[in-house]
Amino acid sequence: MWLNQERSTDILFLFGYTADIISTVEFNHSGELLATGDKGGRVVIFQQEQENKTQTHSRGEYNVYSTFQSHEPEFDYLKSLEIEEKINKIRWLPQKNAAQFLLSTNDKTIKLWKISERDKRPEGYNLKEEDGRYRDPTTVTTLRVPVFRPMDLMVEASPRRIFANAHTYHINSISINSDYETYLSADDLRINLWHLEITDRSFNIVDIKPANMEELTEVITAAEFHPNSCNTFVYSSSKGTIRLCDMRASALCDRHSKLFEEPEDPSNRSFFSEIISSISDVKFSHSGRYMMTRDYLSVKIWDLNMENRPVETYQVHEYLRSKLCSLYENDCIFDKFECCWNGSDSVVMTGSYNNFFRMFDRNTKRDITLEASRENNKPRTVLKPRKVCASGKRKKDEISVDSLDFNKKILHTAWHPKENIIAVATTNNLYIFQDKVN
Amino acid sequence: MEDKVTSPEKAEEAKLKARYPHLGQKPGGSDFLRKRLQKGQKYFDSGDYNMAKAKMKNKQLPTAAAPDKTEVTGDHIPTPQDLPQRKPSLVASKLAG
Repeated sequence: MWLNQERSTDILFLFGYTADIISTVEFNHSGELLATGDKGGRVVIFQQEQENKTQTHSRGEYNVYSTFQSHEPEFDYLKSLEIEEKINKIRWLPQKNAAQFLLSTNDKTIKLWKISERDKRPEGYNLKEEDGRYRDPTTVTTLRVPVFRPMDLMVEASPRRIFANAHTYHINSISINSDYETYLSADDLRINLWHLEITDRSFNIVDIKPANMEELTEVITAAEFHPNSCNTFVYSSSKGTIRLCDMRASALCDRHSKLFEEPEDPSNRSFFSEIISSISDVKFSHSGRYMMTRDYLSVKIWDLNMENRPVETYQVHEYLRSKLCSLYENDCIFDKFECCWNGSDSVVMTGSYNNFFRMFDRNTKRDITLEASRENNKPRTVLKPRKVCASGKRKKDEISVDSLDFNKKILHTAWHPKENIIAVATTNNLYIFQDKVN
Repeated sequence: MEDKVTSPEKAEEAKLKARYPHLGQKPGGSDFLRKRLQKGQKYFDSGDYNMAKAKMKNKQLPTAAAPDKTEVTGDHIPTPQDLPQRKPSLVASKLAG
């Protein structure tokens, strides 16, 4: 496994891909496909190679399967607002037929994309030549039935639905309901419920906009549907709270069913307290029993049955607490890190600075820091664990806090739903790692 | 009792207050949130746009002049891409009184 102490961590570097600034990474439900979205509004989908007999010691590699332009930059002339084409989130629909479907969103518009394969084409038309030109009808003397012949695989992406004009503020999350018919989209102040078939209407289910904007004290930072209960969703706030709502209770879920908040020691409160408590990501466990939140310095696991404190807390980079002043000045304190669960909910992962990412094993309570970087990794080499030295004497191979590169941040990571394969996005590169199968 | 026992966070806060004494009384409050909500704001002046359009009628399109990103008025028809991004930098609010 990843964190076995008897032998060095066997995590192999498999694959790197250079792109525009990557803004989201997501495996589909089978793990066969991996989608990335970038700042330029493009979506790149990778497909895992089918296992073959010569590669018994590793699973298939990921190759580019499809690339398409999902969103374009727009300008709202009425509000003098530039709408970035950057893809904020991608969420896959479970596969129902031969085609694959995903939702991709920028700040304002959500799109449903259909990705389908074409590997045959009809040939032998009576009235057309093979290149499409029409034949002279007088030259047609016989009749034939066109047949489908194999062709080189073509993967086509087409937008099937465009869900627009429902968000005044910037969309930060989309989440598909377990009913596979509806989904939610959340911006800073509101959450809307959509039906996948209907684009001209959506229901507002949460609205935290105050009547007087001067009274604004918190915004919605992330939202997600429960994986099994189609009536339940959660949303996190910039003040470190998570609200669980039940859509059966009322049409407008402004009153939460549960409020998850860890009490704070008032004597420890500082200028930074609220900023670093802002939750940047919330993810339910696959089981649906737990949820994980990421704030600036830590990852917390909450039991849905206990609202007053998390059941587990993992420090991601506690050594940054004594650097908050400069992190505030360079705006890094506002970085939004995501987090993810492995398929069995036993390990959680999140990113950090200097292209480091961290994994925490919930059972053994062991953690590891790894680095995603081309200089140190050739394909199929084992990753070396990293260590940051907070203060005092730096040991060999340790990195001191002051030499961390805060421009190299890993904000987006994803874990294959079934296997130990992870996708880690640095600013411009996508890395795929897997554990060594012996 | 030794009162040098300050948490690292409080020490950082003291550092920040020393650099920016006028930092807002409402920590983590509306300043940040308003900056967040206003992301993407650019100012498009229809007066500039129309003036430039009028000038264009009398002049050929500037070929030699490099599209200077900061010179949007009166020289060529401004498009959203030309407008400098008005970055609502917190630096202004950090230093302002």
